[in-house]
Amino acid sequence: MSEEQSLESRPSRTAGDPLLDVRGLEKHYPITEGVLKKQVGKVRAVDGVSFSIGRGETLGLVGESGCGKSTAAENILRLEDPTGGQVLFDGKDVTGIEGQELKQFRRRAQIVFQDPTSSFDPRMSVGESITEPLLIHGMRDRERRRGIGQNLLERVGLSADDYGRYPHEFSGGQKQRIGLARSLVLNPEFIVADEPVSALDVSIKTAILNLIDDLQEEFDLSILLISHDMGVVRQVCDRVAVMYLGKIVEMGPTEQLFDDPQHPYTQALISSIPRPDPNQRGTSVRLSGTVPSPSNPPSGCRFHTRCPQVIQPEGYEFEQTEWRGVMDVRHRLQTGELDLEAIRELQVAGDGEEPTDEAVKGGIREEFDLPGTLSSPPAEAVFDEALDQVVAEEFGDAAALLAEEFETVCEREEPPLDATDAGHVAACHLHDDAVTATLDGIDE
Amino acid sequence: MSSEPLLQVENLTTHFHTDEGTVRAVDGVSFDVSRGETVCLVGESGSGKSVTSESITRIVDIPPGEIVDGSVRFDGQELTEISEKELRKIRGKRIAHVFQNPQDALNPVYTVGTQIGEVMKIHGTEQDKAARRRRAVDLLDRVGIPDPAARVDNYPHEMSGGMKQRVVIAMALAAQPDLLIADEPTTALDVTIQAQILDLLAELQEEFGMSVLFVTHDLGVVAQIADRVVVMYAGKVMERGGVHDVFDNPGHPYTRALLACLPGEGDAETIGGELPSPLDPPEGCRFAARCPYAVEDCRVGDQPELVPVDGHADHTASCIFHQPDYDRSHIDREVDWESGAGTAAADGGVRGDGA
Repeated sequence: MSEEQSLESRPSRTAGDPLLDVRGLEKHYPITEGVLKKQVGKVRAVDGVSFSIGRGETLGLVGESGCGKSTAAENILRLEDPTGGQVLFDGKDVTGIEGQELKQFRRRAQIVFQDPTSSFDPRMSVGESITEPLLIHGMRDRERRRGIGQNLLERVGLSADDYGRYPHEFSGGQKQRIGLARSLVLNPEFIVADEPVSALDVSIKTAILNLIDDLQEEFDLSILLISHDMGVVRQVCDRVAVMYLGKIVEMGPTEQLFDDPQHPYTQALISSIPRPDPNQRGTSVRLSGTVPSPSNPPSGCRFHTRCPQVIQPEGYEFEQTEWRGVMDVRHRLQTGELDLEAIRELQVAGDGEEPTDEAVKGGIREEFDLPGTLSSPPAEAVFDEALDQVVAEEFGDAAALLAEEFETVCEREEPPLDATDAGHVAACHLHDDAVTATLDGIDE
Repeated sequence: MSSEPLLQVENLTTHFHTDEGTVRAVDGVSFDVSRGETVCLVGESGSGKSVTSESITRIVDIPPGEIVDGSVRFDGQELTEISEKELRKIRGKRIAHVFQNPQDALNPVYTVGTQIGEVMKIHGTEQDKAARRRRAVDLLDRVGIPDPAARVDNYPHEMSGGMKQRVVIAMALAAQPDLLIADEPTTALDVTIQAQILDLLAELQEEFGMSVLFVTHDLGVVAQIADRVVVMYAGKVMERGGVHDVFDNPGHPYTRALLACLPGEGDAETIGGELPSPLDPPEGCRFAARCPYAVEDCRVGDQPELVPVDGHADHTASCIFHQPDYDRSHIDREVDWESGAGTAAADGGVRGDGA
């Protein structure tokens, strides 16, 4: 946890005590087998996440589905119990609290969910839904509850007369407004908004985001906004944290992070947003493969299995795209997912004859978008030998050879979340002076 | 092969008969799709874009739905007049659909290979079982699924969302359709996967020379893939034209509002007011109640005809201010879209809460 500790001592971040300070948060789910529920592994949904949110600040948490962003939020709010780390809320660790203390914490920290339809009881009027938390927290006076509820409905842009109406009478955007009213009824200091607008139409999205902005100012709220939509995050957040497979890979002030992303993953995410300009087509970075399983995350930097800028092994000089392709072959061999039969079958499809070993090797290269010969002769020699072993079905040997010869720092060491030249933090070896120094050495 | 467009939709009108009355989901929509072309139908939910795409092959639920008027000509054949039996020969074979949620399009108890093979079996493109399997492997490979020969025996639940959508696309391509109708095929996917699927569609389109009708609410996606754009609102076409014309010189105030409310860098706008009721649509332009430029003439008669924008015959907008009798500069003023609701309130119309 040393790097996270050092992060927290960064002066820019501790100016004024943060309201929420998450330190090394972990949530591992056990994978069990058999009737005795023997634990055979664990899913590292959230694996050492640290960040803080100041009073009145909005932090955006972005990443692809399955990266652990919602799990992180649920654990911070104690909707689930984290398996490690600390969550300091107003200076006090809330990970272990129970009973009255937990109830108090929940009064101060609230959540707004993605789907406004399923988050309301269809048989309760919206007024009852909004004010139910007041009742739970001991406000018995019905008229007072009604007063507060009606006031809130007006604050979120609806009318006091809507108090007695039922959820089905409202549109999606209006229901999300009601959801916001409910989250505010206990006068919280902190709100988690989990994909608050992804179920809504574009024209309504902006209205809700503007409302969140206004409410934040009015109530001096700290907000954790979770979204897979970079546009949404850009519009409302002060700072952004990018998550990949349970870890934060980059974090910084919104405009800085969007204008000058430092981590290749952030770069890919930003460039994948379809731009509403037909004059700028096909300019985005393409990632290979999909998000790996968090039950068996890649070693070193977790993004190295997909990273277009994965660092080349010492002593070799590849074309970067060829290097990415070779890494893909290697990765597939290691996970046992390279199906030789499949490639054979594809080669057969042409003339019906059993393909030669050379044809199969060519098929493998084709599958990974590699040329017939790699542009770097020493690399080609090793790769060709490995392909011979693959064709001879010695997959283990081939994987071992490639792993030994083409070992990259990205798989060996986990990059720390350190400051970059842009000013904010990113966890990537490309920003590690020691690593880039050896790379420069090779070039010369 | 003639020079006439592959698909010509003329005055298409689809109604739903419900307990509350007749919902005019699609109310006189016209557009066409040429061979090898990508046309995007864009609009918010409730605009009728999906019902339009489903009315083409009549997969819209009938009843309660009913195609009350209009013509759909596909490759010279009038689809609204042929029988269900004849239509079935076209569906899946010459016109294939891909939907938003791949989960719903796949049968959980069959392997993906069987399901791709079934398309070829039904449409008689491949009778031999082994040949079908080989082609299924080949198709999976084409749509970018790693290890296709192993994956062909997978069940849908063994695949991720992005992979399932690729399988659905492979199924759609199995019979080599002339027209692919894709209804929000990437909306449920992450941006990184969305980018991959859009690339894939473009590649396949080039390879197979297919036409694509792409239904989406996302103007970003439209800008990336469309040749031409059809903007819909409340069952009507608001604007039609080439992608560059529509984005660089949007003619209809609604298109401008949509472009203005894209979230992103800084000041995104919002459109005040609500979609008009499809049960009892207002007179005049359907967007008038939310349009800050609207004048009295906008609220009488029918939806204005589609007239050329700046004299471009193939870029048209349904707004009276492009008609010769009106002053175009009226809609070139800067406006606050949010205040559109204010105009509506004066009408005694829509509640002004923006959502």
